[in-house]
Amino acid sequence: MAFSNQQLLDDLQQQFANSILLVEEPFGLLTIETNRDVIINMLSYLKGHTTFQFIFLTYLTAVHYPDQKEKEFAIVYHLHSWVHNFQLRIKVFVPSPNPEMPTATVVFRSANWMERETYDNMGIHFVGHPDLRRILNVEEMDYFPLRKEYPLEDQLRQDKVDSMFGR
Amino acid sequence: MKITTLDKAPDGIEGEGFFATSFDQVIGMARQNSLWPLPFATSCCGIEFMATMGSHYDLARFGSERPSFSPRQADLLMVMGTIAKKMAPILKQVYIQMAEPRWVLSVGACASSGGIFDTYSVLQGIDRVIPVDVYVPGCPPRPEQIIEGLMKIQELAGNESLRRRNTDDYKHLLESYHIHVQ
Repeated sequence: MAFSNQQLLDDLQQQFANSILLVEEPFGLLTIETNRDVIINMLSYLKGHTTFQFIFLTYLTAVHYPDQKEKEFAIVYHLHSWVHNFQLRIKVFVPSPNPEMPTATVVFRSANWMERETYDNMGIHFVGHPDLRRILNVEEMDYFPLRKEYPLEDQLRQDKVDSMFGR
Repeated sequence: MKITTLDKAPDGIEGEGFFATSFDQVIGMARQNSLWPLPFATSCCGIEFMATMGSHYDLARFGSERPSFSPRQADLLMVMGTIAKKMAPILKQVYIQMAEPRWVLSVGACASSGGIFDTYSVLQGIDRVIPVDVYVPGCPPRPEQIIEGLMKIQELAGNESLRRRNTDDYKHLLESYHIHVQ
């Protein structure tokens, strides 16, 4: 490996001095938290960096933490450097309601569908996305199903008869 | 080896060189022994259907020799597997494209009721979008059960009135699903 977690972190801290909010290394995976003002610059910097070469956006998703005030949604970016087989995770927290994020499609074209999926399931509005509509669920759906804000089951529902399902 | 037998002739008047019976019975018999199924297989029940269709269980014994992969020529829509809400309009379109007479067999827990997928993305039973004639329980049902379901459809095809589509009940049923027949 051409560089270590520490070297990468030092470089990022130098570049984005006050925007690296939290650092952890679960299972050796460098994970940093930043804010939505610098995230696109950071992705762009990492992608274009001649040493690190994080040219691949492995995954982009969101997590809902309904109890974390002002930090209800975490948007998570997994970056991969094919050249060094090195992974990096970046988290950005945004408040609910109406969570907004700048789109990563300007850096990675592959973010297009991943942001659509995240919008579809979590209702994160990616500002500047070229075509932000539902991708997996039916278009008529008027809620975001993976948010943790729904009761587990309506006890009064009529469409499943308890006696037939052993409940 | 089992001796091949012919199907029992319907009731009628038989004499030397002629046999007289009603159209209802003859056509019913012909329909029931030449169902062309359209397999709409989406998951594990579809795998069981493949076993049913294969040489060991051999659905062809029941006259369903030819699975029709076009709804236009099919008599029987066999829905096997989980139908996501997003697929519901497609299933309905396939059903509408079928010509009368047509029957629907719902195979397995998912197609019949949503099964274990009691969730936001799954249709809770195909009878929410199209009328169903026979339900086969199981998760997934064994080929014997699918054959039993097919035999129930055969019973329907053989015994119901020749032009079920003209009855008021049937028209109301289709209307209730917002399927409008010209």
